[in-house]
Amino acid sequence: MKPTSFLHGATEVAARNLIVWRRYAAASALGNFGEPLLYLVALGYGLGRVVPPIDGQSYAEFLAPGLIVSTVMYTATFEGTFGAYTRLTTQGTFDAILATPVTVPEIVAGEVLWGGIKSTFGAAVVLLVVTAFGLVPSPLALGTLGLGFVAGAMFYAMALCMSALSKSYEFFNYYFTLMVAPMFLFSGVFFPLDAAPRWALSLAQLLPLTHVVAISRSLVRGTPGPGIAVHAAVLLVYALAAYAAAALLMRRRLRI
Amino acid sequence: MSTVIEASALVKRYADFVAVAGIDFRIDKGECFGFLGPNGAGKTSTMRMLQSVSLPSAGKLSVLGMDPVRDGKLIRTRIGVCPQADNLDPDLPVRQNLLVYGRYFPQPRAVTARRADELLEFVALGDKRDHAIPELSGGMKRRLVIARALINEPELLLLDEPTTGLDPQARHLIWAKLRELRTRGVTMVLTTHYMDEAERLCDRLVIMNEGKILAAGQPRELIEAHVGKEVFELGASAEEARAFLADVELGGAAHEHTGDVLAVFLGERSALSERLVERARHGGSRYLLRNATLEDVFLKLTGRELGE
Repeated sequence: MKPTSFLHGATEVAARNLIVWRRYAAASALGNFGEPLLYLVALGYGLGRVVPPIDGQSYAEFLAPGLIVSTVMYTATFEGTFGAYTRLTTQGTFDAILATPVTVPEIVAGEVLWGGIKSTFGAAVVLLVVTAFGLVPSPLALGTLGLGFVAGAMFYAMALCMSALSKSYEFFNYYFTLMVAPMFLFSGVFFPLDAAPRWALSLAQLLPLTHVVAISRSLVRGTPGPGIAVHAAVLLVYALAAYAAAALLMRRRLRI
Repeated sequence: MSTVIEASALVKRYADFVAVAGIDFRIDKGECFGFLGPNGAGKTSTMRMLQSVSLPSAGKLSVLGMDPVRDGKLIRTRIGVCPQADNLDPDLPVRQNLLVYGRYFPQPRAVTARRADELLEFVALGDKRDHAIPELSGGMKRRLVIARALINEPELLLLDEPTTGLDPQARHLIWAKLRELRTRGVTMVLTTHYMDEAERLCDRLVIMNEGKILAAGQPRELIEAHVGKEVFELGASAEEARAFLADVELGGAAHEHTGDVLAVFLGERSALSERLVERARHGGSRYLLRNATLEDVFLKLTGRELGE
């Protein structure tokens, strides 16, 4: 027998998660569907009635691109923390897999691949919702699916680092409160960043979600300028760094 | 006979302790080889090195003629692993556990599917194929783990405490299945702290304690070399034991008093054993004359104190 390739290992790890997820897909889709819908109604149409137009857009229109990618962030982060941590610890899924020809780097690659796939699905559900509400002027918005894959893989790799470092589920509270929630609020999903003071703007530029929101907004509006390349470059650097860190930390955690 | 596993001066060190402190062993094709020892003896650390999930800190190790450091992937392609912890996939039903596991091997899906059905019959779970994992009893889960370990038709099967925590019926069923595999020529390596399990299954074994091998050989050979044929046990306090021993001529037979039991180790069923029984009966004490077991060897070599 010839040994399996890296790609074989990674895709089968992702496939295992996909097979399991298919069994619970309805509940998962409801989560992806419900939460952004609530934000859209409460903020877009509730708060939006008293908010003046931004760049000629209604507040709901302004909000839509950010909701697509914040769903990506949350989908990837939940799966990469609670989901992956369960596979790493209580379920012993990774231990079982490591008794086969699959290696630790293949597990990490497969998990990150899975994070991208699941996030793309989340992005698709929200895109469907905001399109139904007439908030998507450009067909370029389909590009948010590809964006969702890359950004989802990045957020998943970041979350996987937390799983590799964690000793319990409680540990994730730090990550959600100190990292994920601030990103959700201060990455330009809810208000335009260019109105912020210079120092705040610089801080926001450090947050990976800021760049994802910027790309999403220009795709949904159909106005991708040259700035999109810079945002994409930043996103790729973050994604590669997060992946490398996750591979390193998981290797340390699993190679006992 | 060809060698399947060979280790010399094998060491596994962790940051703060030495789990395996330089051991040598050789395992031949087709045999069932056991690692016996209390918790913390280094059995599982050794197993993890054999499956090349953990790398040796020092010494030499060859598995199926390959180097686990370099050829881990290839080794794991050809071995089956039945881990100590139950890590079946609770998110998938019985048969799908086997199908998904088979995907990790270089093996066509159709072959995996056919083998999954055969293996479910083999471990008597054919009628449970669509059941959820949490619905299975402990014995059924173990059998499924064994079936899973066989999905790639391995030449070598590693079993880490295959029957720990199971009831007697479940253990006997698993032993029967393992013996069946041995007659098919599968080389097996198992760890256990059940002496009866080792006596029943192993052609050869080593007794480990604190990372070292204390004794090696065939079960009967070890028992006769270290303990003898029979053991006479008497319920007696230290004083009662002294009085008892003063009364009978032991003729150099080894004896040991622990807690409230006096044990005398006997080479053969001899006049001595009759004298001991006679004396015990006369004194009205509780006594037992039984065959020597691996457990006696084990306790003699490792001491009766708790290791932990």
